[in-house]
Amino acid sequence: MTQPVLEAEGLVKVFGPVVGLAGVDIQLYPGEVLAVIGDNGAGKSTLIKCLSGAMVPDSGTIKIDGQVVSFSSTQGAREAGIETVYQTLAVAPALDIASNLFLARERRRKGLLGSVLRMLDTPGMKRDAKQHIDDLGISTLQNISQSVETLSGGQRQAVAVARAAAFGGKVVILDEPTAALGVRETGQVLRLIRDLRDRGLAIILISHNMPNVFEVADRIHIQRLGRSAGVITPQSHTPAEAVAIMTGAVTLEESGDVTAASE
Amino acid sequence: MTRVAEPETAEEVLGQKKTVGRQVHAVLHRMPALSPLIVLVAAGVVFGLANPRFFLPGNLSIILQQASIVGALAVGQTLVILTAGVDLSIGAVMVLSSLVMAKLVKDGAVPGPVALLIGLAVAVLAGALNGFLVTRIKLPPFIVTLGTLSIFTAATLIYAQGQTISLPANTFLTWTGSTIAIGSFNLTVGVILMLVLYAVFAYALRQTAWGRHLYATGDDPEASSLAGIRTNRVLLSAYIVAGAVIGIGAWILVGRINGADPNAGVNANLESITAVVIGGTSLFGGRGAVVGSLIGALIVQVFDNGLALAGVDPNYQVLAVGVLVLLAVGADQWIRSVKS
Repeated sequence: MTQPVLEAEGLVKVFGPVVGLAGVDIQLYPGEVLAVIGDNGAGKSTLIKCLSGAMVPDSGTIKIDGQVVSFSSTQGAREAGIETVYQTLAVAPALDIASNLFLARERRRKGLLGSVLRMLDTPGMKRDAKQHIDDLGISTLQNISQSVETLSGGQRQAVAVARAAAFGGKVVILDEPTAALGVRETGQVLRLIRDLRDRGLAIILISHNMPNVFEVADRIHIQRLGRSAGVITPQSHTPAEAVAIMTGAVTLEESGDVTAASE
Repeated sequence: MTRVAEPETAEEVLGQKKTVGRQVHAVLHRMPALSPLIVLVAAGVVFGLANPRFFLPGNLSIILQQASIVGALAVGQTLVILTAGVDLSIGAVMVLSSLVMAKLVKDGAVPGPVALLIGLAVAVLAGALNGFLVTRIKLPPFIVTLGTLSIFTAATLIYAQGQTISLPANTFLTWTGSTIAIGSFNLTVGVILMLVLYAVFAYALRQTAWGRHLYATGDDPEASSLAGIRTNRVLLSAYIVAGAVIGIGAWILVGRINGADPNAGVNANLESITAVVIGGTSLFGGRGAVVGSLIGALIVQVFDNGLALAGVDPNYQVLAVGVLVLLAVGADQWIRSVKS
């Protein structure tokens, strides 16, 4: 079995009297989509924030490629190859697609123009942005100089995902990427997720949408009351069973003992 | 087999109908300074027809000189407004800074360049105070600068003790008022300095990461911070850099009135906002071009000058500027509203 690209053991995060995470283990392998589901307050967001560097866990370890790491900021996680796409469509509407792809990672020109006058390498960034978009096969984004606000919700999410994929060396975390989208746009984003997986990236997908999760996930991590209630696969369980585990109606053992560790 | 290209979906039908409007929208979206430029050119043509003296080089250079102070302040105001803020204290800071410069030379016998640097430092500190209150104490920019407007105005009056300071022409501080004649066209050093400010910030906003981050932060602070921009630093830098620009505006003011007057810039606060808004920069942040603010400042002076030459009651100039502001804000709303 291959080594997990991202692995967390015994993550604990407490907010005063409220327990966000009560010791969660999670493993993520290259080239897989791991869905994380759970009811409100189950600790999904806290888990993702710990993995993406937005929060520092109170205890527990996070390993990337077997190496223990600790992030104090999202910037640190980014540098380690973990990119996060937020559900709020985190793109700057007035800027064009290329500027958004390179936002906060702008490249300067070579030579004195860049070092003294701090001039941006706009043509170079546009060229590379176009290349990334083409590589990902995002056909809905034609004009790289188009401002993002002229795009539909699905196209905007595609820009955010493309940004994560272009810079995320290893792991892309998608937090409710389809929550704000229509049916057709959701389909586009799901296709993009599968493409990224096929390119060898490891993907964590947080979603409330069971049909989406069962359509695209390889394994499903169920969070319940700050703990992991188990890991299932779309083959081993039905969506109804997943919801039953998620809400505590049944435990994983009762639901038929097929764990995803056997994968 | 031939096939007539017919619109197949409702979107295509609607798309065809809206083409002209959409194209206009797209062009204005890309070039926010275009509509004020059209207004400026049209106003020039009308006033030129009303009174041919309008286009005499001497008259045009007077318009430029009159626009130089508000024009310089509008550069700083643009930076702040692009971050979705507003600086109501900008004129008060300029007057305070100019008074410090002039008083140091007059009463303190400080060399001109040193006085200029100290005056600039005062303006930068004032900007830093505004920026600190906005980014650390998290107060809305409107309230912060409304408060500091009173503070800086009071500081100026206390410091000046009711005095006006006059300086001789052709000293270092009043150098900005000296003219360079090209035929009968009189450029002042102050006008050139203002144009240099526009060139520098047009470049910085378009071609550097700082400029792009300023736009992004004003556009959507949450998205910018999620993307990895340190938005508080960007905001603070906007107010501090605006402070430096205001200091240069103070130098232009000293040259223009040959000294310093605590009551010189009472209207400059709002006039700089007027210039920026007429120039097509959105009060909601993230949209606009600094060159538009120059056009906006010029439009106000062109109306002032042109209506006077045409023999119209000067009160109509105020009326015209008010109408332009409302039209500009309306146009901005339209440009922002249309989505795909």
